[in-house]
Amino acid sequence: MADKVLMKGNEAIAEAAILAGCRHYFGYPITPQTEIAAYMAKKMPKIGGCFLQAESEIAAINMVYGVSSTGKRVMTSSSSPGIALKSEGLSYLAGADLPAFIVNVQRGGPGLGGIQPSQSDYFQATRAGGHGDFRMIVLAPASVQEMADLTVKGFALADKYRMTAMVLADGTMGQMMEPVSLDFDIEPAPEKPWATTGTKLEREHNIVNSLFLAPEELEKFNFDRYERYKYIEENEAMYEEYLVDDADIVIAAFGIAARVSRSAVNEARKQGIKVGMIRPITLWPFPKAPFEKAAEHAKAFISVELSMGQMIEDVQLATKCKAPVTLCNRAGGMIPSPEQVLEAIKNAANGGAK
Amino acid sequence: MVVFDKPHALNDMPMHYCPGCTHGIIHRLVAEVLDELGIEGRAIGIAPVGCSVMAYNYFNCDMIEAAHGRAPAIATGVKRSDPENHVVFTYQGDGDLASIGMAETVHAAARNENITVIFVNNAIYGMTGGQMAPTSLPGQVTQTSPYGRDVNHCGYPIRVCEMLSQLEGPEYLERVTVNSVKNIRNAKKAIKKAFQNQLDGKGFSLVEVVSSCPTNWGMTPQAALKWIDDNMLPYYPLGVYKDRSAAKEEAK
Amino acid sequence: MSTTQFLFSGFGGQGILFAGKFLAYKGLMDDKQVSWLPSYGPEMRGGTASCGIILSDEPVGSPIVANPDVLVAMNLPSLDKYESAVVPGGMIFADSTLIERKVNRDDVTVYYVPATRLANENGMPTLANMILMGKILSALGDFSEDSLRAALGKVISAKRADMLETNLKAMQIGADFE
Repeated sequence: MADKVLMKGNEAIAEAAILAGCRHYFGYPITPQTEIAAYMAKKMPKIGGCFLQAESEIAAINMVYGVSSTGKRVMTSSSSPGIALKSEGLSYLAGADLPAFIVNVQRGGPGLGGIQPSQSDYFQATRAGGHGDFRMIVLAPASVQEMADLTVKGFALADKYRMTAMVLADGTMGQMMEPVSLDFDIEPAPEKPWATTGTKLEREHNIVNSLFLAPEELEKFNFDRYERYKYIEENEAMYEEYLVDDADIVIAAFGIAARVSRSAVNEARKQGIKVGMIRPITLWPFPKAPFEKAAEHAKAFISVELSMGQMIEDVQLATKCKAPVTLCNRAGGMIPSPEQVLEAIKNAANGGAK
Repeated sequence: MVVFDKPHALNDMPMHYCPGCTHGIIHRLVAEVLDELGIEGRAIGIAPVGCSVMAYNYFNCDMIEAAHGRAPAIATGVKRSDPENHVVFTYQGDGDLASIGMAETVHAAARNENITVIFVNNAIYGMTGGQMAPTSLPGQVTQTSPYGRDVNHCGYPIRVCEMLSQLEGPEYLERVTVNSVKNIRNAKKAIKKAFQNQLDGKGFSLVEVVSSCPTNWGMTPQAALKWIDDNMLPYYPLGVYKDRSAAKEEAK
Repeated sequence: MSTTQFLFSGFGGQGILFAGKFLAYKGLMDDKQVSWLPSYGPEMRGGTASCGIILSDEPVGSPIVANPDVLVAMNLPSLDKYESAVVPGGMIFADSTLIERKVNRDDVTVYYVPATRLANENGMPTLANMILMGKILSALGDFSEDSLRAALGKVISAKRADMLETNLKAMQIGADFE
């Protein structure tokens, strides 16, 4: 394993972004993701890139908007309250069909909240990234390796579909170190004939814009965009199944919750309980198919979350109420323990879920 | 013999501005400068939210429409994407630049971001129908200050050039107006200098253009131009507020 | 044991995170699955610091070390806080220069190492952490100079080769302490 290095999740994201061809980073300090900015500040000047500490999250996302308008790969990162500030920009990026890569290393909320790990921005990421009808591709890493992998993937998806791809991590994923291999085949960015790089007096001017005052025109843009979203839903959903085939009880968990749940599943299996786990890797598009399939045989689902229960709604929708879905959670920066999840599994095995 | 022609950098799209509005003049001055400096093909303009929101339709260069107040941040991204080749300007009104976008304005200036800012100050929110702006004069009647701007209640108008001149960062700050032929000529000189500074790598250059809004001021265009002389200029005196290169020259 | 969970705890500045990182790298180079998770936040500013390391033959599930097999306590608050969390049959390594009391449990193996005193006496005042590390690895029967040297090479920059030798010496001092 000599090709692997130990890296913090935040650093893995930063290095993977550079490998993916990102040469522009804009951000504003906030715990627990500041290592990304620190890494970029050190590295970018040495490779002809640009790191700039913006005056606010709002400015940072608009600097991203500016670079993206010129067709180059660009990113920003923040944590929950900072992402809320960026939501204006996220909406404009969507309205102008600009690719962007965003990282949210979540902390507990609402308000200033705390700085310990959380998953309570699930709704914000998958439902309400900003005003208006739009979606973002939301990627949920559950290891430091995936922090890097999904960063590379995120840049490619953002370019491919001209939209925002967000890595939705949490404080644990950002701060922990695990071995990482950074050996990637990087897809070159596609041609971007729409980019505003100067006409050179050789073509009509390009306009990057999200204003369409004629409702018929604006409606058409929305319809067209949702055709694209439909295609993404059918083709880009990612997930991992763990011991699901014979499972009576199926856990739904992403990120750090999936890591904890995996320990609990192993313990429950030792005790003879048929339990498995579906780990969504994309939160949007939500991987409905494996849940629909599991609902054919599972007697109960448990959504394990570091929130008051947000993904559980998608699990309920995907399983079409064929089996009860219960919540096993901690909130405010607390993390469920494997024992807590094991208890929930046992409870479900004893019919407690009904 | 051609005695009057449209600059190449402006296209044929009919403008949506009200009769007597000075945006048309200022657009033309910017376009003439793009022509004269031969930079239309390298130029990327950032339009604001406000009356000039659709400026992106009128300039022939590449254009980006910004969220309200964020043009300097977007311009920062565009400029830094290719500092050698991109010539970047923002075109912003007073609500956009001096209210909701004040942080972006001040910090772009403090960084001496190598961009050109055209700041159109007509002391009112035009697009939304005549509300009080951060630059509305004391006592000025607007839709949201129907009894006149009461400085004890909502504070004083902001003099942007004077304020930014206190910063170490910016290269060049000048206030001009376009209410007479002479003033229009001066305005063009200032705008040209603001672009030339960018080409010379000198940094943040802002030209504040004191303008009129006959529609929302409730006057004829002629009366509005006179109102600039009588009311705006005493509060917003014309002149150069900062010119670092000139100051250095003088010091020699 | 196919999985070993370590918890290092002490004051900020005692090299808690560094020791943990070294151990994680050693695990990586020994072909183990590893995770390293620090505490973070205001408590890093001069207060307590801790990190959990898991070395395993299987993929690491939860990276959170709530019940360590091995606790390293470099100050009294750390021992007070985590003593009861150690699994029965586990190990506690305490810096007895800074912790005057004894461990209250009798179902764990305890090693008292005056690491801070040894570090000062040997002119390496910042390496009490690595003296303890030496003791841990020798107690676990995992003290091989080649492996240690290789892992140190990963956490100490090549420009500071002298530091590598000093760290190695510190671990030897810990391993030799009876």
